[in-house]
Amino acid sequence: MDKYQQYWRQNLRLTGLLLAVWFVATFVVGWFARELQSFTVLGFPFSFFMAAQGALLVYVVLVGYYAYRMDKLDREFGMQESDH
Amino acid sequence: MGASVQSHFVSQLKRYYAIYTGGVIGFIVLLSILEQMGVPNKVLGYIFLGVTVSMYAGIGILSRTSDVSEYYVAGRRVPAIFNGMATAADWMSAASFIGLAGTLYLSGYDGLAFVLGWTGGYCLVALLLAPYLRKFGHYTIPDFLGARYGGSLPRSIGVFAAILCSFTYVIAQIYGVGLIVSRFTGLDFGVGVFVGLGSILVCSFLGGMRAVTWTQVAQYVILIVAYLIPVIWLSVKHTGNPVPQVAYGYVLQQVTARENVLNDAATPEGAREAEVRAIFKQQRIVDEDKLKALEEGGANYLDAEREKRLHAVELLRAQHDADPKEIAAAENELAAFPKDVTSARNTWRAAVETDKAKSSPVIAHAEPFAGADEETRDNKRKNFLALVMCLMVGTAALPHILMRFYTTPSVKEARMSVFWSLLFICLLYITAPALAVLAKYDVYTLLVGSSFSELPSWVSAWAAVDKTLMSVTDINKDGIVQLAEITIGGDLIMLATPEIAGMPYVITALVAAGGLAAALSTADGLMLTIANTLSHDVYYKMIDPRAPTRRRLIISKSLLLMVAVLAAYITSFKPGDILFLVGAAFSLAASAFFPALALGIFWKRANKMGAVIGMVSGLGTCMVYMFITYPFFGVNAPLWWDINPISAGIFGMPVGFIGVIIGSLLTNAPSKEIQAMVDHVRYPNMRLDSFLENADHK
Repeated sequence: MDKYQQYWRQNLRLTGLLLAVWFVATFVVGWFARELQSFTVLGFPFSFFMAAQGALLVYVVLVGYYAYRMDKLDREFGMQESDH
Repeated sequence: MGASVQSHFVSQLKRYYAIYTGGVIGFIVLLSILEQMGVPNKVLGYIFLGVTVSMYAGIGILSRTSDVSEYYVAGRRVPAIFNGMATAADWMSAASFIGLAGTLYLSGYDGLAFVLGWTGGYCLVALLLAPYLRKFGHYTIPDFLGARYGGSLPRSIGVFAAILCSFTYVIAQIYGVGLIVSRFTGLDFGVGVFVGLGSILVCSFLGGMRAVTWTQVAQYVILIVAYLIPVIWLSVKHTGNPVPQVAYGYVLQQVTARENVLNDAATPEGAREAEVRAIFKQQRIVDEDKLKALEEGGANYLDAEREKRLHAVELLRAQHDADPKEIAAAENELAAFPKDVTSARNTWRAAVETDKAKSSPVIAHAEPFAGADEETRDNKRKNFLALVMCLMVGTAALPHILMRFYTTPSVKEARMSVFWSLLFICLLYITAPALAVLAKYDVYTLLVGSSFSELPSWVSAWAAVDKTLMSVTDINKDGIVQLAEITIGGDLIMLATPEIAGMPYVITALVAAGGLAAALSTADGLMLTIANTLSHDVYYKMIDPRAPTRRRLIISKSLLLMVAVLAAYITSFKPGDILFLVGAAFSLAASAFFPALALGIFWKRANKMGAVIGMVSGLGTCMVYMFITYPFFGVNAPLWWDINPISAGIFGMPVGFIGVIIGSLLTNAPSKEIQAMVDHVRYPNMRLDSFLENADHK
């Protein structure tokens, strides 16, 4: 397998993994929102906390992590753009 | 461009915007000193709006340009962090700045669909689109569709969809501009629209994307300062903690405790609430009877009723000792009486809805999908998740946002700039739910239970401005305010926060300036998208590919002017529901663009036929569903699986995906050149010289 295929495969794996995190934090937690409201975080019912803050923090970390990992992957495979 | 030139540019930018931010804070301090010296509020408001708007215009004039790359993509040298700020300002519209906290106040947990949808969409932008579009490196979104799928048909559909959703969205923004300008300066709504429009035009007309970018950065600073200051102040007032996002968890508990008291008829306060609710229950029966009589009697019934009221006025006027107040009340009733059957139906239906809401117990703020039975709750959950999905995918498909990622210097910076955008956006979206809860606490504890003779000053002030925003009526005549006697319009929450928190008038003016910045920056980005699409994709790519640079820019600028005037003209009719317009734009974008864009990058096999079928069927499904279900259009067909028309994209998106896949599989795989282009987009270092030569205009 050449390095392009490998790079793309790794990119897809990372993308898929992060999309799964995004999906769980948003839709799985949202689906069970009524069941998850019984315990509290920082004084908030958990489902309210997730929709108002928790999920947002997950998104920020997720996007930041993607940028960091992809930059590393680019350099590992020598894929970074040349300065033009 | 050399690395050292770029780093010099970045440090210069940082210095300029640091000085600018200092200047903004100095300006606020200066105005509060003026306020202390007794300068009247109205003058302060004028100064505030005048100075900020002319500052944006000034940046626009300084960034004027006649270079194509500068005009369309700001020279592709906007550093990640600044592109993040510009995207955030581009993104956060009047609906976010003014409307969101109110929506959250009114609908509690269920309103959080907007918070989730408008932030989570950036995950899709980051993972699926932004880096690849940057690598593609052209000017517009239809550009990508045209190059990826070949031929002018996919491009034309892209142009149509881009204009459709941007135009729907821009009307909502100009509406917001008109509302803010007219409210804070006392100018007429129509004049407000054109004043706001003037400042949008100065900016984008002269400098295109370059001017819009640097103005949006400046507007972000104003809008975020304007949002945070009053909420922090309110948080300190209620909790002593200057970090509202942390502090409001405990305020939320107190709000929940208050809700329980007000819903419990065994407590004295709960009993008084029950009394008011009973009155509304009676009223509901009366209003429903009226509606029923209207459906049966039609215009005849309406005329007879109007006749009765006219008669009552005449009778009162004929009496010599009649109370002038009574006459005025009867005259008002006659004047407010609906003119025709349609308006009567709408007004009375709204009245029944109000009665229904006011006669039922307080809805718990923190409870997800509250409802009387399992079916209602399931329904709410379904619509909540569908709306979240539409808003998220719509975020990842709105051309004015995606276009911003063409402006960064590299793929790496494009990825980083999504991160910064999301961070800057989250700052506001994490604060909005806090504001809603803090304002609710204020209303539930300080306003409810207070006496009508000594209402807080902000209540009477806003009730005098606009009855739909704030009104309190002593329904059960006990002289004490009950929750069911208060009517609050969503927009009030943000607009009145400075007064609720007891802050000086300068902060109220600052909030107005922030709302204006939010509306202007979004309108800027949208109008530029429409004008660029028309001039670049339609004129340059399809009509006259040999057009010289100068003519292309002149065309673009005159189109901008026409779009602006047309948008303002339509807005002056006040086309109603802003939230629906905004939601519709997202559903339309999600159905039309997302499948073709995402599959264009991740599925090499996708071809022209697939794209055409996918985009047309997705967009078509979405438009048809909106048309047959949204009451405005008058068809009123039954809903599919109880999904509200605002989330029409939930049907359009899968149809779009299936369309792309089926259409592609039925026809031949795309050509070698196009497959090579997909590779070029996927790998940051890959150069596609022949491809670049064709595409990069000269």
